[in-house]
Amino acid sequence: MATIRVVIAKPGLDGHDRGARVIARALRDAGMEVIYTGLRQTPEQIVTAALQEDADVIGLSILSGAHMHICPAILKLLEEKGLRDVLVVVGGIIPDVDIPRLKAIGVQGIFPPGTPMQEIVDFIRKHARTRVESV
Amino acid sequence: MKGATSDLDIAKRASRRTSFTTVSGRPVAELYTPADVATIDYRRDVADPGEFPYTRGIHPTGYRGRLWTMRQFAGFGTPEETNARYTQLLAAGGTGLSVAFDLPTLMGRDPDHELSLGEVGKCGVNVASLADMEALFDGIDLGTVTTSMTINSPAAMIFAMYLVVAEKQGLSWQTLSGTIQNDILKEFIAQKEYIYPPRPSMRLVTDVFAFCAEQVPKWNTISVSGYHIREAGATAAQELAFTLRDGIEYVQYGIEAGLEVDAFVPRISFFFNSHSDFFEEIAKYRAARRIWARVMRDRFGAKSPRSWQLRFHAQTAGVSLTAQQPYNNVVRTALQALAAVLGGAQSLHTNSLDEALALPTAEAATLALRTQQIIAYETGVANVVDPLGGSYFVERLTRDLEEEAIGYIERIDAMGGMVEAIERGYPQKEIAESAYRFQQAVERGERVVVGVNEFVEGDEEPIGTLYIDHTVAEQQCARLARVRAARSDAAVRASLQRLQEAARGAANLMPPLLDAVRAYATIGEMCDALREVWGEYEEVPVI
Repeated sequence: MATIRVVIAKPGLDGHDRGARVIARALRDAGMEVIYTGLRQTPEQIVTAALQEDADVIGLSILSGAHMHICPAILKLLEEKGLRDVLVVVGGIIPDVDIPRLKAIGVQGIFPPGTPMQEIVDFIRKHARTRVESV
Repeated sequence: MKGATSDLDIAKRASRRTSFTTVSGRPVAELYTPADVATIDYRRDVADPGEFPYTRGIHPTGYRGRLWTMRQFAGFGTPEETNARYTQLLAAGGTGLSVAFDLPTLMGRDPDHELSLGEVGKCGVNVASLADMEALFDGIDLGTVTTSMTINSPAAMIFAMYLVVAEKQGLSWQTLSGTIQNDILKEFIAQKEYIYPPRPSMRLVTDVFAFCAEQVPKWNTISVSGYHIREAGATAAQELAFTLRDGIEYVQYGIEAGLEVDAFVPRISFFFNSHSDFFEEIAKYRAARRIWARVMRDRFGAKSPRSWQLRFHAQTAGVSLTAQQPYNNVVRTALQALAAVLGGAQSLHTNSLDEALALPTAEAATLALRTQQIIAYETGVANVVDPLGGSYFVERLTRDLEEEAIGYIERIDAMGGMVEAIERGYPQKEIAESAYRFQQAVERGERVVVGVNEFVEGDEEPIGTLYIDHTVAEQQCARLARVRAARSDAAVRASLQRLQEAARGAANLMPPLLDAVRAYATIGEMCDALREVWGEYEEVPVI
């Protein structure tokens, strides 16, 4: 099985990166290749990173309440760049009312506070695109 | 006979677990006895409350003279909305204000900047110019309330706005009382809301020290904060050590800037987390007072007892709150608040039950305040000073935490100081390690989080939460446009130019900032003026 490549990003102005760092390590310990972008990335920077890193998954950590602005911008850019098969997941503080809205625009996994790391690992393994390895 | 238990059976019963540790992973013994405190000398190490080294508290009478300040951190949306919440908190018996700013304000960006998209008014109140600050404190007499403002990189700019509002209320700055957080080191270490590189950032801090020593003598010029360090994953000992070492760094930089130690150290205050491990937290506060008193007297030669006395605000641990079964958070918060009170906090914020989900509703915020009032007025714990002093366990734990913290402080000293340690990523890495270890312990079930990995309920009924809509950004951008149209652009430009000249030289930056604020320069304009001179800091991302 090919290694799953994940870009973990912190969009917006928030600097609380405990969740992003912990999950980045958990995914790496689970055998995935993890690229952590660092703080305060714009949607353009995140999508560019995903393209350059040939990522299968983009994991966003958002705690500030800006998710309804940031997620649509990222999904639109992915669409424009032909990266529709990149799995987008979000962790952080997401009000219940926004969960169906995020799913409707194509965010597949939404992980609120208290989600076990293993659940996120399993979700990504199940839903990340399958690659055809070139020989 | 099945079911019956004799005393003999109890004596032989095996422990529930192979090891017992605090929430920080510190092993604790089954029982503490006089042997555990044999090397602790009461007069030298503990002493009565109000006596050096203040282990038992800085006031001889504890809370008998005055209860702690019940200071609830609040801010969201527009200045008008937050002003209404303050009015309600004061009417409900709150005794001080505490301002939460939104991310654009914390990062020195105007609400119409592209990076502010989706962030305006979300995590706190948006303040872009003096006009917003005037609306925020409308009808509130700054001469009678004390105000704490959680602002760091742009602390000097926001403080200048507050001073000008007071000026407009006809108040003398000499009478104002309150706190600005102004603690940039913990931003680099943990919360990551920095703008400028560490050294010019430290100059802003020491300029505020120098300005206040003369002009605003009752103001707490900094709140050296362990809260965020703990929330980012630090253990209790790491929180204690990094916070106190930050305090040492500020004192060192203040002295190097030409200040006399007893002229500014008494205005330094602290801010600690109050986490879930009850005795460890109480011991942490007692150890903090002891270490600080000795460092100030022996390392810096401070002569004034007010320089030796560590005063602190505490906030219950946001990170311990769970989105699952949110009413459990009321209980967690009450116990954490009790630890802060037994540890001798000067002021306290209790979190609301819904804060793992959103900013608190008015009802949840009121319940959090009531929690403090019940501790203060019903439990009797405030009647006796340091009631746990002399407990074999608490005294031993106090000393163990002190020793571990001093070990960290010495390691950072050997690196050349906290600025150098930050540049090497040392505290950041230590905290990230602890955070990951804790999460692993939770997932392995070694740490029980009620309602999350044990005692779980399916299909919970969601609770109502505060929802901040996008019209806040529109309103704030509209007011900003009105401010820009009404002010004199020439006056703003001239004031920003003077600010840049001061930044290139050595003059105190507060006077030019006050002039820029009076001309209605925005926070983005003031911060950009200094970005042009000093550049911006970027962290190397590591996992």
